[in-house]
Amino acid sequence: MQFRLKHVGLLTLLFALLFTLGACASNKETGTSTLDQIKQRDKLIAGVKYDTRLFGYKDPNTGQVEGFDVDIAKALAKKILGDENKIELKEVTSSTRIPMLKNGDIDIIIATMTITDERKQEIDFSDVYYHAGQSLLVHKDSPIKGIDDLAGKKVIGVKGSTSVKNIREKAPQADVLEYPDYAQAFAALRSNKGDALTTDNVILMGMHQEDPNYVLVGGLFTDEPYGIGIRKGDETFVNYVNDFLKELKDSGEYRELYMKWFNEEPPANQ
Amino acid sequence: MLSLLLNYYPDFLRGLLTTLEASLLALIGSFAIGVVIAVFRIVPFVPLNILGRMYTEFLRNIPLLIVAFFFFHGMNAFGLNLSGFVAGTLGLTFYTSAFIAEAMRAGIQSVPKGQMEAGRSTGLTYLQTMRYIILPQAIKIVIPPLGNQFLNLVKNSSILSLFAGLDLMYWGDHVASSSFKTLPAYTLVALFYLLITIPLSYFVRWLEIRLNRLPKEAAEVKTALMEG
Repeated sequence: MQFRLKHVGLLTLLFALLFTLGACASNKETGTSTLDQIKQRDKLIAGVKYDTRLFGYKDPNTGQVEGFDVDIAKALAKKILGDENKIELKEVTSSTRIPMLKNGDIDIIIATMTITDERKQEIDFSDVYYHAGQSLLVHKDSPIKGIDDLAGKKVIGVKGSTSVKNIREKAPQADVLEYPDYAQAFAALRSNKGDALTTDNVILMGMHQEDPNYVLVGGLFTDEPYGIGIRKGDETFVNYVNDFLKELKDSGEYRELYMKWFNEEPPANQ
Repeated sequence: MLSLLLNYYPDFLRGLLTTLEASLLALIGSFAIGVVIAVFRIVPFVPLNILGRMYTEFLRNIPLLIVAFFFFHGMNAFGLNLSGFVAGTLGLTFYTSAFIAEAMRAGIQSVPKGQMEAGRSTGLTYLQTMRYIILPQAIKIVIPPLGNQFLNLVKNSSILSLFAGLDLMYWGDHVASSSFKTLPAYTLVALFYLLITIPLSYFVRWLEIRLNRLPKEAAEVKTALMEG
């Protein structure tokens, strides 16, 4: 007994190593299409943002989650189940959405997610449903006018977002600080913890609405095509969602939603 | 898993060093403050008792996140713009100090009251009795709970990651979200934490055994003196 107690620490390490090996070996695919699961459940579970104005935002006054992404999710629920209220929204962040989809916590990701090759190895994407681009948000008195002024400056971003990766490539001299979500990132900018905040322009537009002392500068320096995230290998559902997007655009409903949230005509290529 | 480690080891290493640095600073700071507060709580002077009590009750009954949040955002109101590292470490220091003060106070008060009375009646002053009679006994009682607090402190230092404090958890998040290998990434983070906590745990145990040996030596000295 004496002997064993002495080695508890080592046993813990051993256990941790075994656990690690187990962690490497997992990852299994499910057989049935998500579409069938949704119909069986009679409810669509969509992962959306709760902190991103215009796309997915929980209004603190009403408690309602609203935005362009949310409306698209509702329209999809209407197409699959005939009722836009047969939907359950779950909050995702840039870093939780892919693990949640892979775990089966959500059926679909509609959360300002850019289609990238890296992500395509983990999940499948629908066609593009929105073209965004990365930009910078700074205080209106800031000397920063564009991406070339970022050398030696602290740039705030959000963990797991493409914009953090992009800014490391496009402004390698900048000091990038990653925060858990957009609300925290914006709070950090307002507390002067950094000189600029970078992410997709549409998200920055929402922040500008919240506090007009902060303005967008530098134009768009990337093309960020947003896609709907679907579990890997589920071709049935990918095709279904693509048909749905096409119908949405053809029927004019897409234009309506676009006008409602962004107050401008959708670009011709959408 | 191994490839993940090979690809990202500079990040993990940076994180490990930052976590070590934050933990060490917070450990020293919280121990110093904790001792002072514990003394506040036991000295025979009521206003200090109350002050010490308010300090511990306030800090140990709110979440660490909020303490750190206060330093990160709240200090701006006083013209102090603290970085995530500084704010997180300060939050950790003050939060942990409340628990350390509690452990110290409990240890000191668990030494029977008669010891103090006996010390005083032999002509020692309050401080002398404290220094030579009470504290040497209390420190032995306090080591195990103090060790627990230090282990908690190391793990709690992950709070820095929420304020871009560049610690182990921050880089763990970074690796997880840029490689998409969530479980292996966090498993590696856990292993790196064990790299700090297991030696610390062994150290505390060693200290405990070491301090428990002292009375025997003291007793030997005493018998030797009596005989000689």
